[in-house]
Amino acid sequence: MELVNLFIRSIFIENMIFAFFLGMCSYLAVSKTVKTALGLGVAVTFTLLVTVPVNYLVDTKLLQPGALAWLDPSLAEYDLSFLSFIIFIAVVAAIVQLLEMIVERFSPSLYNALGIFLPLIAVNCSILGAALFVQERAYKTLAEATVFGVGSGVGWALAIVALAAIRERLKYSHVPAPLRGLGITFIITGLMGMAFMSFMGIKI
Amino acid sequence: MSQVTKSEPKEAPFSKKNVKLVSDPLNGSNPVTVQVLGICSALAITVKLEPAIVMGFSVLVVTAFSNLITSLMRNLIPNRIRIIVQLVVVAALVIVVDQILKAYVYDVSKQLSVFVGLIITNCILMGRIEAFALANTPWKSFLDGIGNGAGYAAVLIIVAFIRELLGSGQLYGFQVIPESWYLHNGGWYSNNGMMLLPPMALIVLAVLIWVQRAKFRQLIED
Repeated sequence: MELVNLFIRSIFIENMIFAFFLGMCSYLAVSKTVKTALGLGVAVTFTLLVTVPVNYLVDTKLLQPGALAWLDPSLAEYDLSFLSFIIFIAVVAAIVQLLEMIVERFSPSLYNALGIFLPLIAVNCSILGAALFVQERAYKTLAEATVFGVGSGVGWALAIVALAAIRERLKYSHVPAPLRGLGITFIITGLMGMAFMSFMGIKI
Repeated sequence: MSQVTKSEPKEAPFSKKNVKLVSDPLNGSNPVTVQVLGICSALAITVKLEPAIVMGFSVLVVTAFSNLITSLMRNLIPNRIRIIVQLVVVAALVIVVDQILKAYVYDVSKQLSVFVGLIITNCILMGRIEAFALANTPWKSFLDGIGNGAGYAAVLIIVAFIRELLGSGQLYGFQVIPESWYLHNGGWYSNNGMMLLPPMALIVLAVLIWVQRAKFRQLIED
């Protein structure tokens, strides 16, 4: 039940885009058509599903104060947490590269659909952000971290697909000239964020 | 640095062209509102002025020095692995900044939470390194970094100024709106709590973009 709650919360209430503005760059750049938005959304969810648990394990087994005790009791006093940024980004970059190769080998059709987006994802803030949130909020189990990762990914995908759908329609409306493109996209995202805030307080 | 000055002996360090590198991102080619870079971590920390200033300054330092360092190494980095080299340079600088923030302004560092770490994936850094530092001399890249960092900081500070003033009636933590104006003191004013919520950051920024594009007509998208 806890996990379902966490899942719902990470999709709707603490949505990566509407509550924390993470992954905004690709959110704005790749939301012109629904099809590509869906491709990127799936790719981000997939990457979060893999990287968040791995980063959680790296954090709890290597970096936290006293985390090295499982190797040898004498290592218990080391605190490597200052290295977490560089290790996390290295893990993310490596996994994205690995995913690209695996997907290319086993599912060329999926690779063709996601191919161009996969390398972009390494520098998507939501991936590193999710790893850092897991560290900061100190999720206790691997299952919690994984559920949070998948939930954030689904929430991100939902947001980008919804925005792409709105932007496709927006072509037919009269927007004040200086607001066209970027400006109106921000306003739409703000309004969508307000709509998502109505989920606040929902508990299952 | 001596080699660098040798390779470009004719241009003075503060020539007009170099000053333009700093001033342009503050006007017509702002990294946030025009190049659409670095919005990721820009908006979440603009509820109050203090974290926005600290964040803006941190990004300025990191952009300036990451541009400088990659530019110094630009002839040594093999093209195929340049992304990972850039990430390592940036991540190392961000760790230094994070440790300094934790040491001297611990409260603000707690407020910024994950967003200091997210400077690494801030698109301004990779964008400027890819687009500028890899093709220009260290001094120019350094100035370009300062300019773009300052442009980013300026946007953060303007958004935070508006949100803190309207949202909580304060500036930099000091009460600006007189207490006697408030409804609960028998006045007529009350804070707009909406300003403190995340969606308003986007709308304030959209209005900024609107104002800027109305002034610089050539930026209007079709």
